[in-house]
Amino acid sequence: MSARRATNRPITLRTAAHRFPRAANLLTALLFLAPALIIFALFKFLPMGRAMTMSLQEVNYYLGNRWVGLQNYTEVVTDERFGQAIRNTLLLAVGATLGSILLGLLLALLLEGQARHLWLIRTAVFLPTVAAMAVVAEVWRILYYPTADGAVNSVLGWIGLGPSQFTNSEDTSLLSVMAVGIWRGAPYDMMIFLAGLAGVDRTLYEAAEADGARTWRRLWHVTFPALRPVFVILVTLACIRGLRVFTEVYLMTNGGPNGSTETVMTLIFKRGLEQHELGIAAAGSMILLAATVALTLAVQAARARRSKEVTA
Amino acid sequence: MTAVETPPATVRDKRAAVRVPRRRRVSARTETALGFSAWRGPAGMVSRIFVYGLLVFVFAGPLLALLSSSFSHVTDPSKLTLIPTDFTLDNFRRAIDRDVLGYLLNSFIVVGGGLLLQVFVSVSASYALARKKFPFLRLIFLLILSTMMLPEEILAIPLSIVLADVNLIGSLLGMIIPVGAWGFSILVMTEFMKEIPAELEEAARIDGAGDLRIFWSIVLPLCRPALGVIGIFGFTMIWDQYMLPLLVATDSHQFTLPLALRGLRSDEEVGLGVVIAASLLALLPSVLAFLAMQRQFMRGLTSGAVKG
Repeated sequence: MSARRATNRPITLRTAAHRFPRAANLLTALLFLAPALIIFALFKFLPMGRAMTMSLQEVNYYLGNRWVGLQNYTEVVTDERFGQAIRNTLLLAVGATLGSILLGLLLALLLEGQARHLWLIRTAVFLPTVAAMAVVAEVWRILYYPTADGAVNSVLGWIGLGPSQFTNSEDTSLLSVMAVGIWRGAPYDMMIFLAGLAGVDRTLYEAAEADGARTWRRLWHVTFPALRPVFVILVTLACIRGLRVFTEVYLMTNGGPNGSTETVMTLIFKRGLEQHELGIAAAGSMILLAATVALTLAVQAARARRSKEVTA
Repeated sequence: MTAVETPPATVRDKRAAVRVPRRRRVSARTETALGFSAWRGPAGMVSRIFVYGLLVFVFAGPLLALLSSSFSHVTDPSKLTLIPTDFTLDNFRRAIDRDVLGYLLNSFIVVGGGLLLQVFVSVSASYALARKKFPFLRLIFLLILSTMMLPEEILAIPLSIVLADVNLIGSLLGMIIPVGAWGFSILVMTEFMKEIPAELEEAARIDGAGDLRIFWSIVLPLCRPALGVIGIFGFTMIWDQYMLPLLVATDSHQFTLPLALRGLRSDEEVGLGVVIAASLLALLPSVLAFLAMQRQFMRGLTSGAVKG
């Protein structure tokens, strides 16, 4: 077909697509991407932009917004309550992350295997992870009932401990919230570890067995090195999730007693939606966002460097 | 196409033949890292029963207690019961009086609408990302990945302002549309679509099929396994939403069930009964969905986590 005959035809969508294949290709791709890009733009990137501008403003519905430079940030950084919230959030994130990973690894080692009863036990143990956080928080509020005949206190009583005040006391509230995070997080980590364990070369175990290596030496020298990439992934994911911890704290203690479980997110929520200090809340959000992004990029960079070392 | 999934009999026979002369296993202890499940003798048996029992008690016990307590009289605020006592439906009756079925209906509307939208958006975006070559492809992909670092929690305050600007506050649509696009689900779907051989698509294109036709009758049917993965993940993710409904709902008519639990904590007649029954109703859909689609769930768990 000559070019001349093609130009004589009336231009329709189809002929246009034939004549400008690259433009048509881009247009089709954008059409398929449009729903996702529109939703992301509206509910992810636009709010992020709003957070940026609001964090530099004193937001007021009636008098209009006023630019205040970095004043919101300095207030957040110097505020005693924010300081406490940042400490609590870091403690909670690190504690829940490490606790989940260690317990998850233990669970994976204990429950690894092909047998059907093991599969059933794994399914039962995994249930906390699929339960909605709001349900988990309500259940643990009841279990943590702070008298001697409360559920957890009864169990502690069998082994001669307690009774504890749990979320009602400043000394134990943060640990209690952390324990719930570990209870829900460990089974998730278990499943990831199990996938990692399935990939370990069985001939290495046989070789270790033939060399007379004891179980813990085999774990240390064969299993754990093989799981290293899994550790890195879990730490990244858990830290990022840990920094934005909100629902369980909001429902179990709402930051109390006396700020002992206040996290950055619960405080931002209070300052922003309850006290209408939107500028301060936005500055807090931006700091949290920066920490999340920095952490993610740092772990990615460390991972990239390590894989380069291995190939070099 | 079936030949790709199940190799012809001769190939399978050859594989089996290779497996037979392999060295005999030294012991069952090398099957697993710890060898706990292969610990022989009465000591091994007793420790196994104790450890397995303890793990099930600690992790599943609290949720089982929710099940049996919701059918028991629980006036004492300190106790959940693992063994149902004094069977009753009063807790559910009171819960229904307090409009728990309305909250449950809201939850189903949100999860149904949100999931439909999410699957449609993910599949459509993944088709462009996986099967098309165009300028800025990598940039757009990175942009979509970066949204996973922008959760509702961190953006809560500005998000509530944007929701108000587009008139979605006080409407269930405000809980549905924002969860319609999810980076994780697009990522999983894109990875899967990349695996579909290009020959199928080229053959269809030579036969004169357009993009929509190829998408609908070639790519989509082949993606069924991945649809299961993003379906079950989307369901649990939307069911677990708390911040978004909290920002959107202006009064209790728009509450989803997880959001309503807080307001049901105590009741003058049945005490904890109402919140226990309501919690059970909020727990069951996600647990049942997980049990029904466990295999797809596990596949998504490992693929999503490995990709970071």
